Amino acid sequence: MPAEAREFVAEGASPATEGPPGVAVSIRGLGHSYGELRTIERLDLEAPAHGVVGLVGPSGCGKSTLLELISGLQEPVAGEVEVGGAGDPRGRLTRCAYMPQRDLLLPWLSAIDNAALALRNRGARRRAARREAGRLFERFGLAGFEGAAPAELSGGMRQRVAFLRTLVAGKPVLALDEPFASLDAITRAEMQEWLAAALRADPRTVVLVTHDVEEALYLSDRVAVLSARPARVVEELQAPSPRAPDRDAAVTDPGFVAVRERAMLALRGGAG
Amino acid sequence: MSRRWLLPALVLATMVGAWQVAASSGAIAATLRLEDFLVPAPSEIAASLWENRSLLADNAWVTLQEVLLGFGFALVVGLGAAVVLHLSETLRRATYPLIVASQTVPIIVIAPILVVWFGYGIGPKLAIVALICFFPIVVNTLDGLRSVDPDATKMMRTLDASRWQTFRRVEAPTALPYAFSGAKIAVAVAVIGAVFGEWAGSDSGLGHLMLLDNAQLETARLFASVVVLSAIAIALFGLLALAERRIVTWR
Ligand SMILES: Nc1ncnc2c1ncn2[C@@H]1O[C@H](COP(=O)(O)OP(=O)(O)OP(=O)(O)O)[C@@H](O)[C@H]1O
Ligand SMILES: [Mg+2]
Repeated sequence: MPAEAREFVAEGASPATEGPPGVAVSIRGLGHSYGELRTIERLDLEAPAHGVVGLVGPSGCGKSTLLELISGLQEPVAGEVEVGGAGDPRGRLTRCAYMPQRDLLLPWLSAIDNAALALRNRGARRRAARREAGRLFERFGLAGFEGAAPAELSGGMRQRVAFLRTLVAGKPVLALDEPFASLDAITRAEMQEWLAAALRADPRTVVLVTHDVEEALYLSDRVAVLSARPARVVEELQAPSPRAPDRDAAVTDPGFVAVRERAMLALRGGAG
Repeated sequence: MSRRWLLPALVLATMVGAWQVAASSGAIAATLRLEDFLVPAPSEIAASLWENRSLLADNAWVTLQEVLLGFGFALVVGLGAAVVLHLSETLRRATYPLIVASQTVPIIVIAPILVVWFGYGIGPKLAIVALICFFPIVVNTLDGLRSVDPDATKMMRTLDASRWQTFRRVEAPTALPYAFSGAKIAVAVAVIGAVFGEWAGSDSGLGHLMLLDNAQLETARLFASVVVLSAIAIALFGLLALAERRIVTWR
């Protein structure tokens, strides 16, 4: 049993959805391009089952493209991407839920109906879908906002709903694209703690793209620093205290700060 | 009545008032060197509206039917065509430029041909109305469907949506306000189409009545027909705007 799973049993929480089995992501020699534009070259990356891998890299280097490749929304031109052993796009799609860079909540649906989209797509009746998504609303601090229109929600709330929508899909792998980029520093720190708690309670394999090195190191088990386009992994760093309950203590710890400095250095080197 | 209507209402009242004064004093007729009876004042038009109310109503009903049926037909076919063109890239490439180019054909002037083909009945009018309504509906709806954020489509795919579910839950709602814009433009031109259709050959309808009035120099009643036609167009436009506000609540 993976570490996080043991932890949530110890905390006595019940899994949110009927906890999908742990699934690993494995990328070997990956290459991708948009026509002439080479986005990714000879990229290797492993995310073990229920592990969180952070990706940081200069803007425009191909991070979103990489998440789309993992999720089965794009096809590589070289190398392979496997999710739970499946290399075909169909197989990857069924195993991955992709949270796009912008929240993309549908303005014509209430918060709960947005969160329940995957259930509805799988044929659940509206009442049943709302009931199931509603359980997550209560667990993740959104109780009372079920009927709210997306426009009525604050930035942090919108990101929570968007994340729940991804979680509700019940996929073993989450591809999260800069989930908190649009938030102010304080809300963002809150949301990181929130996501850390969510992943302790309901562990998934996560590939997390962010441009915030501290966020990557706090939320991930391991952080891969990408080069400028075409993206390769220039350095991989082990996070000192992944998803520690006390975030402030964790990120100010000297060990954490040292790793963060190394990551920054690698990022500048890769970008230069 | 809300404040935002106050100013336009004042402007309209002022214009009608000015017309009343200019027409009843004979100033317009004198300037244009016309007989007085050719320049009816608003009060005379109002009187004519009242005196000819059943005649106007009968003919308005004919024109309204042409407008509604023609518009309804264009709406159904136009929305359907927009969806098909959205789904099939090949069809869109093949036909969209032709649809746009077809707008340079002055559809209204083919009305006489249609009358020759289909006679004096309602057929040619429906065809004209439907033809001129079709374009704004197709083009606007297709624009709306194509304005969908590609990331939203990708998100739906990873949330296990079928093609149909993505259409129903994302694409159709996105396109809805665009479709309403198209329909509002269409309903305004529909009235014009119906009148031209009647001018090309008919034995009833407000357009037909206007031709008679013109021949008999019944200018007040001619203007009364114009008033009724405008009222029909405004009412239909208003109904669509109302429906839009009811349905597109998220804007
Ligand atoms: N559909 C596309 N067609 C062509 N080029 C694209 C497409 N999507 C992205 N690109 C280009 O590919 C490169 C990588 O894009 P991508 O969005 O993956 O980068 P990113 O690292 O996520 O950037 P950001 O930090 O801005 O989010 C960029 O130069 C982008 O302009
Ligand atoms: Mg990106």
